[in-house]
Amino acid sequence: MKLLLLPALVVLAVFAAALAALFRWSLLEFVPGSLQTGGLTLANLRGVLAPQYLGAIRDTVVLSALTTVLTLVAAYPVAYALARTPSRRVRSAILVLTLAPFFTGAIVRTYAWVLVLGNTVLAWPVPMLFTERGVLVGLVHFSMPTMILVLAAALSHIDPVYERAAASLGASPARVFRRVTLPLSMPGIVSGGLIVFAWTLSAFPTPELLGGGRVKMIANVVKDLGLDSFNWPGAAAFAMLALALTLALLTALGRLAAGRPS
Amino acid sequence: MIARLAVVALLAFMTVPTVVVIAVSFNPTAILSFPPSGLSLRWYANVVAYPQFRRAAVNSLLVTAAAAALALPAGTLAALALERGRLRGRSVWAAMLLSPLVVPGVAAGLGFLILAAGLGLLRSRSVLVAAHVALVLPFVVRSVWVSVRNLDPVLERAAASLGATPWRVFRRVTLPLLRPGLFAGLLFAVVVSLNEFVVSLFISNRVTEILPVAMFTYVVNYTDPTIAALSSLFIVVTFLVVWLADRYLNLAGVFLRP
Repeated sequence: MKLLLLPALVVLAVFAAALAALFRWSLLEFVPGSLQTGGLTLANLRGVLAPQYLGAIRDTVVLSALTTVLTLVAAYPVAYALARTPSRRVRSAILVLTLAPFFTGAIVRTYAWVLVLGNTVLAWPVPMLFTERGVLVGLVHFSMPTMILVLAAALSHIDPVYERAAASLGASPARVFRRVTLPLSMPGIVSGGLIVFAWTLSAFPTPELLGGGRVKMIANVVKDLGLDSFNWPGAAAFAMLALALTLALLTALGRLAAGRPS
Repeated sequence: MIARLAVVALLAFMTVPTVVVIAVSFNPTAILSFPPSGLSLRWYANVVAYPQFRRAAVNSLLVTAAAAALALPAGTLAALALERGRLRGRSVWAAMLLSPLVVPGVAAGLGFLILAAGLGLLRSRSVLVAAHVALVLPFVVRSVWVSVRNLDPVLERAAASLGATPWRVFRRVTLPLLRPGLFAGLLFAVVVSLNEFVVSLFISNRVTEILPVAMFTYVVNYTDPTIAALSSLFIVVTFLVVWLADRYLNLAGVFLRP
């Protein structure tokens, strides 16, 4: 039976080789104007914290945190409806409307926001396109499907009997939600929040197109250094930062998931 | 009532951009306006006539077909091993197989770029195929795994006890019963690969680039609604696929109770 894993492991080995190459180049000295590299150095990793990039790192963390909170608030009612609706048809409609953006590519979805945030459809009172506000709207939209699916999975595990019991004992709907539903859905809120935060930390197409070069997140710095300046070692160091942040968050998620009975 | 309105408003927030793209794609003038002042198919004609999109469409089909053809058998065998094999550390294996999902696109993309440059493969589509296989593998494993879990081994034992060889059992009993999972896996592999952008941006050039990368370059350089037309085609195909999958494949089962 173990042999059956072999083809998949070959695929993963290639993937791992790519990440190993990334790691190695993050430690090689950059020779400007050339794709040749010098010897081993920690300069690239130190360069990640250079003053000209601190703004990008700060913007990344702030935008990711705001995206996480806003997405949680916006996704919760939809997830609740998806998990609890008695009508098969409503559930199918919500699921299709949620999953279609999930599978529509990043470029199509981001381009749609270029149209909406530019002043073609609505006259916005404040500039939206090429600002952090606009990027934030795009990021929330991008994270919605994932958050809805994670929250709906958590909510569908809660037995509605608990909520009915609280209501029959005289709790108002708001109180039932605050004291029963919300605490019981906490595992979904934590995992959805961590997944979206980790994912947004390395968002690329949204800040690239909606930020128009004026809003830079970590992934945009990787692209600028790697594809425009041909500074692969520098870009690799930034990519390692994105990878490390993601892995740290997902390890935390794994710890939390392992620590609770499911 | 307020709750219901909120859900409708939020679903509208998710859907409106799509509607705007489709509306703009029929705009008769190059200056974007909404609502459109008339109906025109000129941007659709533009999509078909633009040589770089044609070349990219061929690349997309080749890369997606190759990636799906490689990922489907590899993922199916892995799903069988995960459910049936006496593996130590099953959850570790599962996490490894799903790991390409969580690696940031720019990290995987730059890694494949550096690896391909070292091997002298930068001008070839094989790098794109290798990356896409890894990126769609988690979706295949997950979809097929659900089907394997629902498959009662008694049916296979019955066939074997009646004298079928292991290969015959696999071909006549196991595979047909796994068909929904295989179909879902194939579907996800195709949709994910066709729409993949970030990793592909790093490892393609003007000759090998796939459609999303060509679209990105076009958006950065031009402002006319040609991309709206091409996006609309992507949207319609994706909606159809998801709708069909929901009708015939129990999507709620795959996504809500994994």
